[in-house]
Parts: sequence; C-alpha cells; structure tokens
Amino acid sequence: MKNKSLVSINDYSTEEIMQILELAKYFEENTEQNLLAGKVIATLFYEPSTRTRLSFESAVQRLGGSIIGFSDSNSSSVTKGESLKDTIMTVANYSDLIVMRHPLDGSARYASEVSNVPIINAGDGANQHPTQTLLDLYSIKKTQGTLKNLNIFLVGDLKYGRTVHSLLLALMDFNPIFNFISHEKLKMPDEYKLLLDARKIKYYEHKEFTDIISEADIIYMTRTQRERFSDQLEYEKTKDTYVLRNAMLINTKPNMKILHPLPRVNEINIDVDDNNKAYYFTQALNGVYVRQAIITKILGLK
Amino acid sequence: MNKKELKVNAIKDGTVIDHIPAKDLFKVIRILKLDKYNNQITFGTNLESKKLGYKAIIKISDKFFEDDEINKIALVASDANLNIIRDYQVIEKKTVTIPDQIIGIAKCFNPKCITNNEEIITKFTVVSKKDVSLKCHYCEKIMDKAQLIINQ
Ligand SMILES: [Zn+2]
Repeated sequence: MKNKSLVSINDYSTEEIMQILELAKYFEENTEQNLLAGKVIATLFYEPSTRTRLSFESAVQRLGGSIIGFSDSNSSSVTKGESLKDTIMTVANYSDLIVMRHPLDGSARYASEVSNVPIINAGDGANQHPTQTLLDLYSIKKTQGTLKNLNIFLVGDLKYGRTVHSLLLALMDFNPIFNFISHEKLKMPDEYKLLLDARKIKYYEHKEFTDIISEADIIYMTRTQRERFSDQLEYEKTKDTYVLRNAMLINTKPNMKILHPLPRVNEINIDVDDNNKAYYFTQALNGVYVRQAIITKILGLK
Repeated sequence: MNKKELKVNAIKDGTVIDHIPAKDLFKVIRILKLDKYNNQITFGTNLESKKLGYKAIIKISDKFFEDDEINKIALVASDANLNIIRDYQVIEKKTVTIPDQIIGIAKCFNPKCITNNEEIITKFTVVSKKDVSLKCHYCEKIMDKAQLIINQ
C-alpha cells in the first residue's frame, strides 16, 4: 500500500482492507501518536464537504502532521482557470500526500496519474468515495464482530447513492444477504444485481419496510433527494415511507445497528437518536481512525 | 477496361478494407487518421451489400496495417475485412477484432467525466466485445455502442 494512491475501493484487496481496519482499531485504542511529525498533508476541496474535510484534518492533526490546502474552489487558483493537472503538480511539490475532493467523475484517478505523491480520493463527483466505504466497513465490523454472513438492509436512494454501491461491492466477499428498500424509481441498478446473481449472493427488494426488519444486522439509511423526482407530488407522497422511526425498532435484533453516511435530512426520525441501536454519530467518529490508518499506511509509517 | 478505370478500381500494392457499414465510413477514416496520409486512397460508399444493406470500401495504396492499428476500427465496423494486395493479387484476407483497451479514439459519454473537461487522452477497457461496451478508465462509467462518439 506504500505510496499507492487510494482512488477506488477496488484498488485495495480484501487483505489490504482488513489491514486498514486492524490499524484503525489500533488508532482508536492509541489516540496519542506523533507519526506525522514533519509531514505536510494537502487537502484540496474543489467543492465544499465540511464533514469529510474536518474528519481528514482531525486525523492528520491527531497524528501531529500539518495541513495546507483550500476548502472550496472559489478561494483557490482554480478560479483563475488553472488546470487540475497544474494544481496537482504544484501542490505535490509542497506536500507528502494529497487528499482531494472534486466535482468531476474520474478526477481523482487522473490526479493520481499526474501526481508524484499519493492521492487519497475524498469523493470524485458521483463516482467513488473509498474512505467512506472503509469507515462503513469498520463500523460494521466493530459492532458485529465480523463482516461475514450479515443481513444488510440498504434503504433510500439505491439508484444514485454511490455510498451504497461501494459498500455493496466491498461486502460481496463476505457472504452477505442484502435487503433493498426503495421507491420504484430509486431501485438498485441492474448492473449491481447482475453482479450479485453471478456471485450467487441473495438479495430481496422491497417497496417499504416490512416485518423482516427483525432479521437485519445492519440498516444502512441514505438520503432521498427531492431533485431525483421529476414529479414533486410523488416525492411528497412517498418521502415518509422511507423514514425510520423508533417504534419500528421494537422487534429488531439486539446486535442490530443503524448506519447513515450523514448529513441526514429527515430519513431517520430524531426519536431514534437515543436508541442504543443508533450508530451514525459513532460511525462518523470512526472515520477519523480509519483515515489515520489509511494515511499512515500510504506513507509507510505503519 | 481502360486505364483510368483501373486506377480507381484496383490497386497494385496495399490494403482494401471492405464491409464497412456505409454510415460509419467517416468514423473509420477518423480512427485510421487517413486524412494525414499522402498515399493514394479511394473511397466508395453506399454500395449495396447483402449483409449490411449499404456498405463502404476503402482502398489504400502502399499501406499495410499493423494488427493493433487496424483492429481499432472494429469499434464501429466489426464486420470489416481486409484484403492485402501485392502486385494486383490478394495475398491475404483478415478480419478485425476489438482490442482489450481503446486509447484516445473515443470520447466518454459522461459530460461530468474529467476527460471531457480537461485535455486528457481517453482510455477505455472493453468490457464486452460482442455488443461493444466500454468502461471509462477515469469515471468508471460503462457506455454502449449507441453512446460511442469517435474523436474528431
Ligand atoms: Zn469517463
């Protein structure tokens, strides 16, 4: 993994993923570290994503590293029309590693090809966001003790949600059962279902939460964006169907945990927050440990 | 047959590319960059063909393609075949097969792909040769033949 960019979750083998998760656990248990002393990490955020940026910056600072960069493209030379290539080649001179978020699909792969320091993709358009996937895996493993043989419920926007697609791909190696819960218009795309069929992985599709919620080990909630519906009336009619409420959790398994990549809009009612099955805020904290693990692995410090 | 006709119809040495779908002739010309050649080249198009409806044909004097070079046209003309001519005789016949990777010929169909927003040579992995579907190396989206645009 040393000096290797992380652009897509597919860049890591299952073994490498497990190594990252192990190391994240180490950082969770040993928070005081100075491994990044003297290192400069660049965070180039061409579109604002405060949550992801703060998580990376927290990871770097907890390890004693320093940070340069920008938090949206208005405050950078990008507004002067500099190409991505020129910005990356310049910043690579000033830093040991670049964390980049960019609105265009494929920008991170391209950056990794022109940069002479490793790139960590913090989201390239609608394409990939591998550190989110790794922190989701960490959260699942931590709460379930394993990644194997779990019943995973994916809820909400399964058509456009890149988070659920990456998570689905990453879990395929661990013999999961999937339950997809979404509106007809936001169903899991066929290309993913074909992959599951080819691997003989079981999945079931539902239009609403059903009694089988009691079988879930993980319920992964996502936002349904109003813009996805051309018919606003239809959106209004269905939006409450995919809202998780505390009363629905009565018969769920004791080990079951609710995950969400955050920020949420209304898809998890706040009455769920106090339930010990609500895990989304801890999930966000896990992101810091996982990013510490990724950065130190790539820099060859661990 | 007079001499003038012979010049159009036959070549002494070179390559004849036959069975190009008529509508895709100009794509083939662009893929092979035939506009950059100084060789004698003859094009024929809208010729009747049992298999394709209407076909086009290209005759290029004194040019013998490497497989890598000519296989690129399979993207748009998968039924094309080649006649290699020496001294007015067909000495070899070849078909074309789609390569595993397509570099710098096609444009990604995704307007939000980095390759459509910055000067980058495109790169695709051929995920299906049968129905021609290509996966962009950058945005990872898969496009089919209907979405394929050949670079100018
Ligand atoms: Zn693309």
